[in-house]
Amino acid sequence: MGVKILTQHSGVPGIDTFEVYRKQGGYAAVEKALKSMSPEEVLEEVKKSGLRGRGGAGFPTGLKWSFLAKPEGVPRYLVCNADESEPGTFKDRELMSRNPHSLIEGMIVSSYALGANTSYIYVRGELFYVIRILEKAIAEAYEKGLLGKNILGTGYDLDLYVQPGGGAYICGEETALIESLEGKRGNPRIKPPFPAVSGVWGCPTVVNNVETIAATSWIILNGGDEYAKIGIGRSTGTKLISACGNINQPGIYEIELGLPVEEFIYSDEYCGGIAGGKRLKAVVAGGSSVPVLPANLILKTIAGEPRLMTYESLADGGFATGTMMGSGGFIAMDEDACIVRNTWNFTRFYHHESCGQCSPCREGTGWMEKVLHRIEYGHGKMSDIDLLVDVAAKIEGNTICPLGDAAAWPVGSAIRHFREEFEWHVKEPRLSQQQNYGLAAYADPLPVPVTEES
Amino acid sequence: MSEKFKITIDGVSAEVEPGTTILNAARQIGGDLVPPAMCYYSKLEGSGGKCRTCLVKVSKGSEKDPRPMPKLVASCRTTVMDGMEVQNITSPEVLEARKGVVEFLLINHPLDCPVCDQAGECKLQDLSYEHGAEATRYEFNRRTFERIDIGDKIQLHMNRCILCYRCVYVANQLTDNRVHGIVGRGDMSEISTYVEKAIDNDFSGNVIDVCPVGALTDKTFRFKNRVWFTRPVSAHRDCDKCCGKVTLWYKGEDVLRVTARKDEYGEVEEFICNTCRYDKKKTSDWVIDGPAQIQRQSVISANHYDGKVVPVIDKR
Ligand SMILES: Cc1cc2nc3c(=O)[nH]c(=O)nc-3n(C[C@H](O)[C@H](O)[C@H](O)COP(=O)(O)O)c2cc1C
Ligand code: SF4
Ligand code: SF4
Ligand code: FES
Repeated sequence: MGVKILTQHSGVPGIDTFEVYRKQGGYAAVEKALKSMSPEEVLEEVKKSGLRGRGGAGFPTGLKWSFLAKPEGVPRYLVCNADESEPGTFKDRELMSRNPHSLIEGMIVSSYALGANTSYIYVRGELFYVIRILEKAIAEAYEKGLLGKNILGTGYDLDLYVQPGGGAYICGEETALIESLEGKRGNPRIKPPFPAVSGVWGCPTVVNNVETIAATSWIILNGGDEYAKIGIGRSTGTKLISACGNINQPGIYEIELGLPVEEFIYSDEYCGGIAGGKRLKAVVAGGSSVPVLPANLILKTIAGEPRLMTYESLADGGFATGTMMGSGGFIAMDEDACIVRNTWNFTRFYHHESCGQCSPCREGTGWMEKVLHRIEYGHGKMSDIDLLVDVAAKIEGNTICPLGDAAAWPVGSAIRHFREEFEWHVKEPRLSQQQNYGLAAYADPLPVPVTEES
Repeated sequence: MSEKFKITIDGVSAEVEPGTTILNAARQIGGDLVPPAMCYYSKLEGSGGKCRTCLVKVSKGSEKDPRPMPKLVASCRTTVMDGMEVQNITSPEVLEARKGVVEFLLINHPLDCPVCDQAGECKLQDLSYEHGAEATRYEFNRRTFERIDIGDKIQLHMNRCILCYRCVYVANQLTDNRVHGIVGRGDMSEISTYVEKAIDNDFSGNVIDVCPVGALTDKTFRFKNRVWFTRPVSAHRDCDKCCGKVTLWYKGEDVLRVTARKDEYGEVEEFICNTCRYDKKKTSDWVIDGPAQIQRQSVISANHYDGKVVPVIDKR
């Protein structure tokens, strides 16, 4: 069993109530930070911890906080990004619904460090049950003097609001989130200026993921150095991984960064191996927008080293043979999975979710979707495959926000690693609907795990 | 007092005020190295960054930080740093990306210039001529719309809209109680007025002038003539609502159309009111100033080039 930070209270009955959370030692970080530390000291601990943003890009949190502009007389804001809508990622909603006070505690500590007196939790609108849970917990925290004026008699004031979003994926992108929070259409803003200079209502703003913020309480309580001891190199601490697909035990796991991918997939503590005794074919390691990898490359790097669950190891080899940690949405596909269908499905999502501001994403995502649909349904042409590669390349890097890249990477990587499967769909449209293909080339080199049935 | 920044675009250097964008720096140099702009409009605050036709490569960030920028940048929204070096038409990567953007734009914009009222004044027509491929690789149905009358003077044909947002910025910045904007997302986005509303405002006609393609057209002029058969003349009148400085478009003795005066990039010098645009179509309404300057790229100016082509230095 690895260290548990975010799921330490997991299974404690009533942990969503203030009483139980407090009894379990909750809000001790608020007490410590507000009563015995300056905002700069809190920031320093977060810097020392090496904590990186858990929303996708993995940017060092302490560094991001230190970029926050601090003009005189202008308010600053902390916004928690709880929009979570990347296909395959479902960790934040669990954290919030099971242990809402842990996020609230993190919000108080982080807001204090940033000098924010008003903060927001922007929650995806569909998660109405989460909004209710958070609002109840926030009301409790106000009642107990942990929010509002003069928190715990320290002179620090903080108001915390929950803002439901409309349920558009693009509203997870931080500048679109800010627009939406301000009551406008969720179109990403053109950067610069960055939110650290001009964010909510034109004021300096930090946007952080739920998991990132929730981790700060532990860091303050135990010290940044303790946190940095967990993990490997620049990948410190623990990470929530939401695992799904063809595995025996789908779920949300808190891992210490550095865990070998192979252990994550096959050990009983985590995914418990591939369902039905089948073999692993491919993995999307960090939510649908990161490049897909065939089994052999997700288990080992191109140099033959075991692939680890760290930002660096997953990215080893660049996009040619590596991928990204992303948001930790781990999707495993077995030997029967159809890569073409899967790629089409992802593309369908990005096409649907493009905000439509910039030409390459607005027009290109739909084009890719239509071509992939045609290939998957047996009407593709050989030239379609290179067409897809080219269209993806013309979107990538040329758009306002990273949704364009997110749409292009799954397509580019699927064709890079599974081109034969695309070709086979074109050549054998009927057969490709009925049986899997290409397993020998792509599947994991491990022996088929023994299952109860076999 | 003001310290200037040095920028080099395609080998040609200039000194510009800090805060100038790459696109405007290029415009100060002029000639062929000016990136095309479909959504940026200097008179509309906050415009630009959307169409991606103005992408350029920053091969040197600045004197202080000479690293190249990792991605192509939108020149209309990226400000110049001192010592910056930019490649526009000298970068194959830029030309390739631009070709891609043109291809994307032409997916839902028919190249039916012969039956479009904007022919001759359309930026996309010029751009596809310069950067387009001879054939399209897109084989699916394109989106089609019925024409919509938004008010009695303006017609919207969404088939041609490239969602540059310029008309939305006009509606936002020049008219009160905006009823016109974008509905839907992605490639389902549409310019629209709020259900059954008309654009009814003294300055609404300016949406026509800013539209880079033939999506918003002037119903009082539609198909009365091809622009290249008309004669543009600068004129002015005393107007209590706007500057009163316009271009009259003559066919023989008749004024067929009134527009704002435009600069060499096809952008209006100053917005005009609807009275000047729609109600003053007699020569006697105006004081004539003389022949109008013709836009740099317009077919109207074919054979009238003023020779402002800056040579590109070959650095091999
Ligand atoms: C299209 C798109 C959707 C995103 N959705 C989310 C999201 O749902 N949750 C999230 O935390 N970050 C999301 N991000 C990343 C955010 O823009 C931002 O980087 C993040 O919230 C920063 O928090 P962090 O530094 O704690 O990771 C998204 C980014 C893009 C481009
Ligand atoms: S990349 Fe897509 S989602 Fe992002 S701003 Fe452009 S059109 Fe909108
Ligand atoms: S109608 Fe014209 S100005 Fe308006 S968004 Fe479309 S192309 Fe741009
Ligand atoms: S003109 Fe720069 S992006 Fe449109």
